[in-house]
Amino acid sequence: MTTTTGTRVRGGIGESVKRPDGVPKVTGNFAYASDLTAEGMLWGATLRSPYARARLVRLDIAPALAIPGVQAVLTQEDVPGRKTFGQITQDQPVFVDGEARFWGEPVAVVAADDPETARLAVAAIDIEWEELEPLVDMEEALEQGELFRHAPVHRGDPAATGAVVVEGYYEVGMQDQAPLGTEAGLAIPDGEGGVDLWVTSQWTHEDHSQIYRSLDLAADQVRQHPTGIGGAFGAREDMSLHIHVCLLALRTGHPVKMVYNRLESFPGHVHRHPARMWYRHEADADGTLVKVEAKIILDGGAYMDTTPAVVANAVYFTAGPYRVDSVHAEGYGVRTNNPPTGAMRGFGVVQVCFAHEAQMDRLATALDMDPLELRKHNALRTGDPLATTGQIIETSLPTVEVIDQLAAIPLPPPLNSDDPRRLPGGTGRTTTPEYVTRGVGYAVSIKNIAFSEAFDDFAEARVVLSPTGVEVYTAAVEVGQGMVTVLQQIVRTALGVEQVVVVPADTSEIGSAGSTSASRQTQMTGGAALEAALEVRKLALERGAGDDLTSEGVWLAGELIMTLDELCADGPISYHTRFRHPPTEEPDENGQGVLHADYAVAAHRAVVDVDAELGLVRVVQVDTAQDIGLALNPLSVRGQIEGGILQGVGLAIMEELVVEKGVILNASFTDYLLPTFLDAPDVEMVLIEEPSPWGPFGAKGIGEPPTISSTPAVVAAIRNATGLALNRVPVRPQDITGT
Amino acid sequence: MDIRFRLNGEDRAVDAGTSQSLLSLLRDGLGLPGSKNACEQGECGSCTVVMDGRAVCSCLVLAADTDGADITTVEGFGEEDALHPVQEALLEGGGVQCGFCTPGFVVAAAHLFESNPTPETDEIREALSGNICRCTGYGGILRSLEKLAGR
Repeated sequence: MTTTTGTRVRGGIGESVKRPDGVPKVTGNFAYASDLTAEGMLWGATLRSPYARARLVRLDIAPALAIPGVQAVLTQEDVPGRKTFGQITQDQPVFVDGEARFWGEPVAVVAADDPETARLAVAAIDIEWEELEPLVDMEEALEQGELFRHAPVHRGDPAATGAVVVEGYYEVGMQDQAPLGTEAGLAIPDGEGGVDLWVTSQWTHEDHSQIYRSLDLAADQVRQHPTGIGGAFGAREDMSLHIHVCLLALRTGHPVKMVYNRLESFPGHVHRHPARMWYRHEADADGTLVKVEAKIILDGGAYMDTTPAVVANAVYFTAGPYRVDSVHAEGYGVRTNNPPTGAMRGFGVVQVCFAHEAQMDRLATALDMDPLELRKHNALRTGDPLATTGQIIETSLPTVEVIDQLAAIPLPPPLNSDDPRRLPGGTGRTTTPEYVTRGVGYAVSIKNIAFSEAFDDFAEARVVLSPTGVEVYTAAVEVGQGMVTVLQQIVRTALGVEQVVVVPADTSEIGSAGSTSASRQTQMTGGAALEAALEVRKLALERGAGDDLTSEGVWLAGELIMTLDELCADGPISYHTRFRHPPTEEPDENGQGVLHADYAVAAHRAVVDVDAELGLVRVVQVDTAQDIGLALNPLSVRGQIEGGILQGVGLAIMEELVVEKGVILNASFTDYLLPTFLDAPDVEMVLIEEPSPWGPFGAKGIGEPPTISSTPAVVAAIRNATGLALNRVPVRPQDITGT
Repeated sequence: MDIRFRLNGEDRAVDAGTSQSLLSLLRDGLGLPGSKNACEQGECGSCTVVMDGRAVCSCLVLAADTDGADITTVEGFGEEDALHPVQEALLEGGGVQCGFCTPGFVVAAAHLFESNPTPETDEIREALSGNICRCTGYGGILRSLEKLAGR
């Protein structure tokens, strides 16, 4: 990128700058959605379906309304505008519309003077159901034609054959994002028929466009404000209580707050799609991949949410980061009565990566080849066509480098301790070192960055230079990942001025920044902020007739000729921009085309200790080499990678929503197992810095790759330790013991 | 019901519901939202406070049982311009992302360092194993506290 930027600025790109929201977070002063209050505030609560599928026979809200302190009880009848919502298709009723289609689906909401009264009122609603047989098997759903999307890929000769063939069937269980902050929102009526909303969200403008239509208001009568988010990981890409809390506020004329408890949060957001995948790989005797065939079914739950886009990702990354001339795959997203599914970190690629990496290991065994050599032999590089879509890869794609750099990281020493904290099973003292076997496994992944398939993906930002410094206005949602820090750094470097503040803007103050998802905000809102900052710099140098800009002011030939005060005497210098990534296309009928904006690769190596008799696994270490373009903030990069890896470890051996007849049996932190400090492996990492053609300063999104190939690496390591086939995640103790 | 306790160094007389948790009293009754509600089952540690010298999950403590107790919440561990060393360490070392678990980690780690100023790595891991972080993978938290312990 040919840009002239300030050179003397502190806190610019490449430094491990501290988070601007760090101090309020460590002192407990940072305001999350669940912490907000307002004068005269009422509390909302939700009545939910106890069945995965049932007909609503009778609903009488009168007993609830009769309770002193109850101010409103609302149902589907009370939705004044569009009765349904949804990001891609508006197929989900705001409340149950005669038939509940998933366990926990909202039926009614109550506003009351305090949370206890609100919950009492929910319990008092008189309701009768006729339970119906839920559709819970994804293959049965496919047979019945209950489809959200069928995405085919046909590229190359379907009759191509190789000397070696491996086939496999793989399953991925339902993972929960389990952000520590549950769904929460505060809606305040503006007294003129409109409403202001602060709510847990990843994409305020998308929510807003759905909310005002259901409220039957004009767009400018609803303002959605950014607020503190206690983690997201995809769970907040689709709406939860947004419309409900606004309806209550408008009905009562009072501010209304709603906070889901953990039991509600589990059915209250979308989860990672469970998957069933059938794979067939064919290769020449030298290991060259000849053909990949696959059938992938993802369970989309009752409503569409983002399922079509998740299916697309799954099918387009069917073959992983490898060159293959013939790929024939069918991806299906089906409608069931299981809990809702949609976005979660990795977004469809997690599922197929588990399958294609297991296939690569099987192929290596069949060929008697080193698994890393096989991967390198077939590694996709810049200039190659993506095996599925045929899109020529123009971005940097250091697949070979991530594998080589990963392999060069030293292995940890053998198990040499009988400290139970270092053994599988931990302080339960369930095993001793002589029963423990070590295993090592590898996996490699490729992920698209930003939105694909001709989506008009953009981000707006406004940069304002005034005597007190620089403000960066954006609607991009900070969910914890550190975007506010990176935006500061980008603008400092671009402009040359140190005093930079990121100002979270509501939906009325600026246009959309797009979703905080798809590893896209560093590149998209970062790209917008860079573009606007460079323009402000140019305007400042024109106005000041200088050749450099710093925190002091405008310089010419090494001398300060104008302070920021003087420069902005006639007003601040401001530039607003809408940044777009290179355009993408709709796929043709065979899934071919330029579908993606950018790609990143990553490789993971897991080292595990296993007690095969008891089915216990301890993940000792997970190492990685990741293609990140440029480390804008090395400390943040490390945090994203370590956090992503642990979520991948969670999917590999612990995390699964256990669902029976559509009902989640473990909807609590007691029963849904999240990795603790004692489950966290050591992590060594190598960052590969080869610039993206369009990321700011060459940076790539980094959030998702750590979660993708870490899971198959852990399972490969358990296979290595046990010799078992292990075709599903999470790997449960009984999958190892066979009991 | 009337409760008298010492909260963040101040003697307080407050009114609490008979079935109210200490967490609810702190957040909804006393305007101290630093202690977070993430699971209400004592599994995640987001609501950790120190009560009579022990780190406890305030969601599992009945407010009625705190009469006469000495309680320190995250709000009692440092001010924005005078941070506790644990708070400084977490900021420096990348121990904070979304921050929802952070108050619980601050309290639990400060409590650990009070009794053991130079904990071993495994002691840090074990002492904080009741606090769940979903963002960091614990690496940034561990390195922050190892450094504070002089390791």
